[in-house]
Amino acid sequence: MKRYSGWAVFREGLRGQTGWSRAWRDPEPKPEYDIVIVGGGGHGLATAYYLAKNHGLKNIAVVEKGWLGGGNVGRNTTIVRSNYALPHSTEFYEHSVKLWENLAHDLNYNVMFSQRGQLGLFHTPAARDAQAKRANTMVMNGIEAELLDKEGVKKLIPHLDYSENARFPILGAILQRRAGTARHDAVAWGFARGADERGVDILQNCEVQGFLREDGKVTGVETSRGVIRAKKVGVAVAGSTGHVMAMAGIERLPIETHKLQAFVSEPLKPLLDYVVSYGAPGAHFYISQSDKGGMVFGGDLDFYNSYAQRGNLPIVQDVAESAMAIMPCLGRVKLLRHWAGIMDMSMDGTHIMSKTPIDNLYLNAGWCYGGFKATPASGYHFADLIANDRPDALTAPFSLDRFEKGYAIDEKGMGPTPKLH
Amino acid sequence: MIIIPCPFCGDRDHSEFSYGGDATVKYPALDASAEDWYNAVYLRKNPRGAHTEYWHHVGGCRSWLVVERDTLTHEISSAKYAHDGYGDSA
Repeated sequence: MKRYSGWAVFREGLRGQTGWSRAWRDPEPKPEYDIVIVGGGGHGLATAYYLAKNHGLKNIAVVEKGWLGGGNVGRNTTIVRSNYALPHSTEFYEHSVKLWENLAHDLNYNVMFSQRGQLGLFHTPAARDAQAKRANTMVMNGIEAELLDKEGVKKLIPHLDYSENARFPILGAILQRRAGTARHDAVAWGFARGADERGVDILQNCEVQGFLREDGKVTGVETSRGVIRAKKVGVAVAGSTGHVMAMAGIERLPIETHKLQAFVSEPLKPLLDYVVSYGAPGAHFYISQSDKGGMVFGGDLDFYNSYAQRGNLPIVQDVAESAMAIMPCLGRVKLLRHWAGIMDMSMDGTHIMSKTPIDNLYLNAGWCYGGFKATPASGYHFADLIANDRPDALTAPFSLDRFEKGYAIDEKGMGPTPKLH
Repeated sequence: MIIIPCPFCGDRDHSEFSYGGDATVKYPALDASAEDWYNAVYLRKNPRGAHTEYWHHVGGCRSWLVVERDTLTHEISSAKYAHDGYGDSA
């Protein structure tokens, strides 16, 4: 595997770009692996990467029904942050941000992690109190956070709508400076290349159609490219969790699948160098500008169970209204594309990373709106769970049986209504 | 856009409705076991395909409906009243 570097780019420039090779192999499935990861998205690839890197395991396959980066890792709004308020989530997402900070070096792949800072606007005194509490919680957990008043926000971004006549005037914002964005496709490709380099077989167009079971244990998967036996199977398939786990015999989970739309505008000159979230009552909106110049933004779910990776018009209108409410200067900007990904919305808004009632079967699911930022930590800790057949201290609270035991981790306090998290 | 055939109002845009979730979930008796309540409150089949679900025509006749919809294609095969005593109920 050729290492990427400035020197390599320069040398290949002189040699007519003839020395590059594939970033990862396209192997035939072997009949048996030690570990099979179902789902070649960000989390599945990161899991395979850390299994190889941290645990020295080699005989691993990632099976993906489509192509790498075709699911949610290529469909999100690329925001990375760790502004959580509840224990467990705070530590988990902060670990993720720390992994992000060194990810490009670790992978030898430029994931374009840009710590441009994230502003969560507030518009009511009650929301200001809530954000002050959140900022204090973060600071007490060793995560930097600042509370800005209106003038403070204005100094950073002069062109939001600060008028008193706004339906929800901006009172200030919570700022996490280490938050930011990353190049989503590069994250999938970087983990794929890193895993492949360490011997992991990445099997694309390989859809899981069933599980092999012996004595109550999972012993492999039936796929569209044949039967693959495995000592352990990890499932990281986001919105398809219910569908895949039903094949393994787990028919009911604390998860509903919903679709979430995202949008990108035509490329503009530099306009917004922060990630901005809009939290007015009843609205949900987040926006940043990509390196290509497109305004990348999104809002709420479509609010009904759906496996369709396409969005519906009422939310397009809803999101456009939110955009106009805080950045009226976007009014004449043309929309380039919009699409949807399918979210595994959990009953408490927090992810599940857990052993399952079936031996040798591990589940990584329930990431709701926020799976992308978790990618490195998700892979790191899911790999640890699979390799050692027990959750580490940081992973244990995210078990599948926490709902039954009364230990739900409900960041938004919405109760068991998945669409509201 | 999803068009929901409300039995009272006729074909209406889904933006007039509020989604009420899985209609196959039945809450158990108040004194039922913790496991029964856990099943009803937290566990869902979440099918990819035919799904029986509640919709509330909140911007119309305000009826609660039971709708059969495919979660992959959004095709609706039936929409009936959720309550008894109103014609063809679910």
